[in-house]
Amino acid sequence: MSSVRAEVIEAPAGFDVDRIREDFPILRELVHGKPLVYLDNAATTQKPQAVIDALVDYYTHYNANVHRAVHLLSTRATEACDRAREKARKFMHARSTNEIIFVRGATQGLNLVAQSFGRANLKAGDEVLVSGLEHHSNIVPWQMLCLEKGAHLKVVHIDDSGVIPLADFEAALTERTKVVALAHVSNALGTVNPIAYMTELAHRVGAKVVVDGAQAVPHMPVDVRALDVDFYAFSGHKLFGPTGIGVLYGKQALLDAMPPFEGGGDMIRSVTFEKTEYNTLPYKFEAGTPDIAGIIGLGAAIDYVNQIGLDRIAAYEAELLKYATHVVQQLPGVRILGQAPEKASVISFVLEDIHPHDIGTFLDQLGIAVRTGHHCAQPVMDRFQVAATTRASFAFYNTVAEVDALVAGIRKVQEFFA
Amino acid sequence: MSTLSDLYQETIVDHSKRPRNRGTLAHATHSAEGHNPLCGDRLTLQLEIDNGRVANVAFQGQGCAISTASASLMTDAVKGKTPEEAEQIFAKFHSLLTEDKLPAPDLGKLAVFSGVREYPMRVKCATLAWHTLHAALQNEHKPVSTE
Ligand SMILES: Cc1ncc(COP(=O)(O)O)c(C=O)c1O
Repeated sequence: MSSVRAEVIEAPAGFDVDRIREDFPILRELVHGKPLVYLDNAATTQKPQAVIDALVDYYTHYNANVHRAVHLLSTRATEACDRAREKARKFMHARSTNEIIFVRGATQGLNLVAQSFGRANLKAGDEVLVSGLEHHSNIVPWQMLCLEKGAHLKVVHIDDSGVIPLADFEAALTERTKVVALAHVSNALGTVNPIAYMTELAHRVGAKVVVDGAQAVPHMPVDVRALDVDFYAFSGHKLFGPTGIGVLYGKQALLDAMPPFEGGGDMIRSVTFEKTEYNTLPYKFEAGTPDIAGIIGLGAAIDYVNQIGLDRIAAYEAELLKYATHVVQQLPGVRILGQAPEKASVISFVLEDIHPHDIGTFLDQLGIAVRTGHHCAQPVMDRFQVAATTRASFAFYNTVAEVDALVAGIRKVQEFFA
Repeated sequence: MSTLSDLYQETIVDHSKRPRNRGTLAHATHSAEGHNPLCGDRLTLQLEIDNGRVANVAFQGQGCAISTASASLMTDAVKGKTPEEAEQIFAKFHSLLTEDKLPAPDLGKLAVFSGVREYPMRVKCATLAWHTLHAALQNEHKPVSTE
């Protein structure tokens, strides 16, 4: 689908969405005989040819295990993983590759922090502060930890626009707060949290800040040093890379002091039945054969995103979101959930008298993929007293024409159920 | 290719907009709560069983068109039936949604759900009310889930 109405938004200089779309083979697919309009990017993103090629290249030409053998293929695979770690370091602006732990995804990264840092540092009566807009993956690991330790899980709730009131946040911090766990961007509402400021407040009471960046890294430049966060996790598959791979950033001093998360190969320096000496960072936290293809694919995804430029991506998506919000808002009986002034390219909405599931099935028949449901954020749904929403989430390859297709589709649903 | 009007047949749209037997019963003998974690839909079902037959039945809850219509048509279908007869209808209804066969001739109006078979993600929407009925008949007091 070409962006026939591209003139209604102002794309940043040098940003050619039609050209970019050619990099994504799946965007040429037909769904139910219609061109695919993929608006479920918050769930997972599509992969550019460069990422697919990197996976095929590894499996075709140098598939081997890493760190284990002296043969050429193993050397090449090991070097490719090392290069990918360096790309991830640069991408996050971390000081050292020792601070870049490869994990399965944001979920595993957050669990690693809860299980390793949390278990070693929390005691009964301590507090973990989470926000009301968290994904289940940044709630449940902390709940489990608090249950085990007799600590308290405190929640700072969101207001009607989907924003965490900063005064409430500040008031919730006490000298007992050991961990503050926050999403950088909400997957259900799109709200962008002012992480740098919140981190500053949290550090004043001595709490460590753990950020779930799953929805931030695909949409904006992230600098963990500027934010000064203690931990930051994201998933490769939401960044145009493969599934099964993600990154946990942690400040080196903290990671050094933490016990390992899992035991096994690669995470050890020497093993006897009496004693095991753990490996250095980052390997201490990477037990077992890693997802080598995934790591290489993630490296390719980072290269791809860098080549377009996250600043340009953010600028284009801001325009697209503004346009989409404008046209969706004009639909009769629509209510958009999440109207934060700082918002990533997500529109979560409900229609009067039409259930999201029916909307989802209808749109699917038109080739339009959206997410319907609670988005793994049931507390957010409860906050707005809905069971589910329909969510359109955009990436830089989406177009104005696709937004128009979405709105036309919703109008058809409304006509049908009128 | 099946079309949307095969899924959303007129009877379904009608029952979703004007569900029958929605409300609560003053003299319920059996009840259960159903939950579809996939979409967050919840449904509460009450039965009044008298002389071994479903004398009255009512449901409450918000759901999609398929699940609301299914609850509405289910309550109509089981009124006056014995629990065994109701379970038999459920079994036939379930086959209708999951097996590529002609609907059992005695399913009556419930046959309008045959189109759901083409939408595997929606089968649970159509069966939530029936799973809840099954739980209520067992008088299982813990909420049932479609998962
Ligand atoms: C905000 C947020 N956090 C965490 C996750 C979990 O990511 P993953 O399932 O890739 O571990 C997601 C993805 O659904 C998300 O949107």
